[in-house]
Amino acid sequence: MDTDALRELTFTDSKDQLRFITCGSMDDGKSTLIGRFLHDSKAIYEDQLQALARDTVKHGTPGDAIDFALLVDGLEAERDQGITIDVAYRFFSTPRRSFMAADTPGHEQYTRNMATGASNAQLAVILIDARKGVLVQTKRHSYICSLLGIRHVVVALNKMDLVEYRKEVFDRIVGDYVKFASNLGFTSIAAIPISARHGDNIINRSRNTDWFHGPCLLDYLESIDIQSETAGLPFRFPVQWVNRPNMDFRGYAGTVVSGSIAVGDEIVVPASGRNSRVKQIVTYDGDLVRAEAGDAVTITLADEIGIGRGDVIAKPTERPEVADQFAAHVIWMDQEDMVPGRSYGFRIGTQSSASGSITAMKYRIDVNTGAHVAARTLRLNEIGFCKIATLLPATFDAYEANRRTGSFIVIDGETNRTVGAGMIAFPLRRAVNMAWRPLSLGKKERAALKHQRACIIWFTGLSGAGKSTIANLVDQKLFAMSYHTMLLDGDNLRHGLNRDLGLTESDRAENIRGAGQVAKLMVDSGLLVICSFISPYKAERDMVRDLVSDGEFIEVFVDTPIGECVRRDPKGRYAKAKSGMVKTFTGVDAPYEAPSAPEIHLTTLNQQPERLADTVLNCLAARGIIVPTNRTEN
Amino acid sequence: MSYGKLDHRNGDLPRSEPQMFTMHAQNIAKPQSRTLPRHLRRLEAESIEIMREVVADFRKPVMLYSIGKDSSVMLHLAQKAFYPAKVPFSLLHVDTTWKFREMISFRDETAQRLGINLIVHVNRDGIERGINPIDSGSTLHTQVMKTDALKQALDLYGFDAAFGGARRDEEKSRAKERIFSFRSHGHVWDPRNQRPELWNLFNTRSWKGETMRVFAISNWTELDVWEYIMLENIPVVPLYFAKKRWVVHRNGALIMVDDERLPLVSNETPELKMVRFRTLGCYPLSGAIESDAATIKDVVAEMQVATLSERQGRLIDSDEVASMEKTKREGYF
Ligand SMILES: Nc1nc2c(ncn2[C@@H]2O[C@H](COP(=O)(O)OP(=O)(O)O)[C@@H](O)[C@H]2O)c(=O)[nH]1
Ligand SMILES: [Mg+2]
Repeated sequence: MDTDALRELTFTDSKDQLRFITCGSMDDGKSTLIGRFLHDSKAIYEDQLQALARDTVKHGTPGDAIDFALLVDGLEAERDQGITIDVAYRFFSTPRRSFMAADTPGHEQYTRNMATGASNAQLAVILIDARKGVLVQTKRHSYICSLLGIRHVVVALNKMDLVEYRKEVFDRIVGDYVKFASNLGFTSIAAIPISARHGDNIINRSRNTDWFHGPCLLDYLESIDIQSETAGLPFRFPVQWVNRPNMDFRGYAGTVVSGSIAVGDEIVVPASGRNSRVKQIVTYDGDLVRAEAGDAVTITLADEIGIGRGDVIAKPTERPEVADQFAAHVIWMDQEDMVPGRSYGFRIGTQSSASGSITAMKYRIDVNTGAHVAARTLRLNEIGFCKIATLLPATFDAYEANRRTGSFIVIDGETNRTVGAGMIAFPLRRAVNMAWRPLSLGKKERAALKHQRACIIWFTGLSGAGKSTIANLVDQKLFAMSYHTMLLDGDNLRHGLNRDLGLTESDRAENIRGAGQVAKLMVDSGLLVICSFISPYKAERDMVRDLVSDGEFIEVFVDTPIGECVRRDPKGRYAKAKSGMVKTFTGVDAPYEAPSAPEIHLTTLNQQPERLADTVLNCLAARGIIVPTNRTEN
Repeated sequence: MSYGKLDHRNGDLPRSEPQMFTMHAQNIAKPQSRTLPRHLRRLEAESIEIMREVVADFRKPVMLYSIGKDSSVMLHLAQKAFYPAKVPFSLLHVDTTWKFREMISFRDETAQRLGINLIVHVNRDGIERGINPIDSGSTLHTQVMKTDALKQALDLYGFDAAFGGARRDEEKSRAKERIFSFRSHGHVWDPRNQRPELWNLFNTRSWKGETMRVFAISNWTELDVWEYIMLENIPVVPLYFAKKRWVVHRNGALIMVDDERLPLVSNETPELKMVRFRTLGCYPLSGAIESDAATIKDVVAEMQVATLSERQGRLIDSDEVASMEKTKREGYF
């Protein structure tokens, strides 16, 4: 095929897109290869070429007229270092196909970038330096591609010019590769001898390799049949958004990620077990009779069955898994190590704010050999096999069966960084298909209805320490984030429920006991209960702690020195205590037992209440009690 | 109306009233059966999915509407994404006050036709300081009237997510940009603090004060955009189509004399040339190309033989190699 054919911008209805990733170690020629595709397909314009020629002088490989790698190596920092440290997406097009190429770094410390590039790729071009053959890194790249679900591989044996285009070299290395890759689950492996720098077998077949009878790389990429991998799979429709423009219309907006659905088909929402039938498939361009994998549509149902964002619509005959525990491969992507048992946010499909934790590490995988290594945690760029538990049951498939419904990302609740990515292997404990109406309603169900986790946030500290101020702010902020809360304050309780109680030691104890019981009832009803009591005695606070389950009592120690409290004395109580008008006043003539290990310790001197309230919210998020996104109600 | 010294030299100067480009408009309301090729269908669906994610997960999103072809496509996609509901967010145009007049009238007509709330924000402080693209230079003008103005507007209205029409194929440093591009407090873009994007699982979380730019058509190319505009009959500003327009040669570019504010240097004489634009911005900073492509089909055909990139006409970043990355870091996109 000649170069000009690439430029013809005509297209047919069947023109499609192929997304591929190029893998190779540093200097194998990835950037050069993609740069050449761009150049030869005229995706590069004259002015860009001129800039490139200038850049070549400044940064490029000495001796080259034009260093194609500079076309794709973008960010300032990495250009100066001469390496690719991020994923670059590049585009070129022929009349038959448009291509999106992900250029990713190949070093072990960039495994996360490679995984990112591979996650959306349908095919991998694995570069091997003809002088070096199959190396450890080749195996790593192949392994990651396989794990990320890529089923088609092209081995591009690069730098053939440096081995005199010899057939034996090609045959030997390809033989090695095929032997190694036989158990990686690839559906197709092709091998092509190329020179990225000189253009052999890239856009045109090369005369330097007349012993090679296969297609050149572009021809191969243009013609390989990646028949829609998702078409034959069971129907899955993760609901993104409920479209309710008026009382008469309630549609579920989303993309058919696999399979197909037609008007009249019976459907089920596996998480609730409720059934209905497809009434309409709505699009801006008119209603459809059938929607296929890849279509972004809005579905209406015959019955109102309480569907919201995060639900998956499936067919009753082909249900996904519903479970709150599963095993998965996890790639760690953050500088901070993974902490088993810690609460993280999980995003599974459109279930964007699940919380849960990685309960156990089974083993780490040596990405160079595929060997299983005992490990307790995962560091940046490491891959492990883990057990994961989510607070509420999640709907999913095994990643091997469906890349779109079997994948998830892990989010740090405090920093909001994406710290990991995972591929589900199998459910560990299937949630019994939840009946629509649970037999007995408990805290969990009531809290789930409000999309939250119930708990007591207990502020303790001296009078005037700032408890009520901060507690009020926290209450307001949670409310603004659509959490259902209730505020119990020492003062307001004493005016009503505990009006008959005085300030003696036993009355104080009774006051706290009553408050604790009320708070517990509120937790049972699914609320986030914010309590603000001096509560000077450790034993009393622990008594309240014991009323609720583990992790549901968050003690917040508002730590203000007595001197400062006396100085503030907002209610004039210290003055009264000093003058003897009030008896047994905490901090004056009654003890305050500071918490030894509060969940949250706030030192208030020189701090703004606003900031302190934010600290509390951050801690709540870190504990997975709240999700730090802006919640929207469907 | 006076065109200053231009008037003395030439009687019929650029007075062409901005006229609406309505050729395709009538088709918009009534959808026709579609014959989009598969690669465009895939891009369309992917963009729709991104838009729905934003509306589902953010409190107050907005669409940055620059009036150009990419904005036209984004807006069209938004109508599709939320149909039969109306587009559930406002459009925000950061007006430098130096846009082509035809852009402004197209903008207002579009918002009205679609019944979408349009917010126009101008950096008043910049105006008072007398910032303009001619005397202040393109860099300062862009910084004050675009970058700062955008931040002002986002803060003023409290938007937590803003759709932008930038594409990865536009420029080298854009190739690595995320679809959900995270900005910390003060709209700071830190290349090292961007979240990895795997599959279609976007991390939409942010704390108060942090914002997201969402590039919903990241994976489209310039050609995809034009083909889509053609196949979907999407109205675009008529400046994209060739017509006789008054231009002067300046710094190797053809600058359109859009109003009387463009001071002409002594040796500059406006000429009536058949020109069109590949990108639109502030008129003194946007270079026209000589072209006979008067229809969308002509434009697509012309792209087949184009040898210069669309950025080539943009004076904003012709001076610095990595300027786009800098601009971005400072908060403009
Ligand atoms: N001789 C020869 N050199 C090549 C070939 N492909 C790439 N190179 C050179 O190898 C070096 C590294 O290439 P680059 O594309 O940056 O590799 P990357 O790190 O994989 O992106 C550059 O100097 C290229 O010019 C080839 O086929 N033959
Ligand atoms: Mg590279």
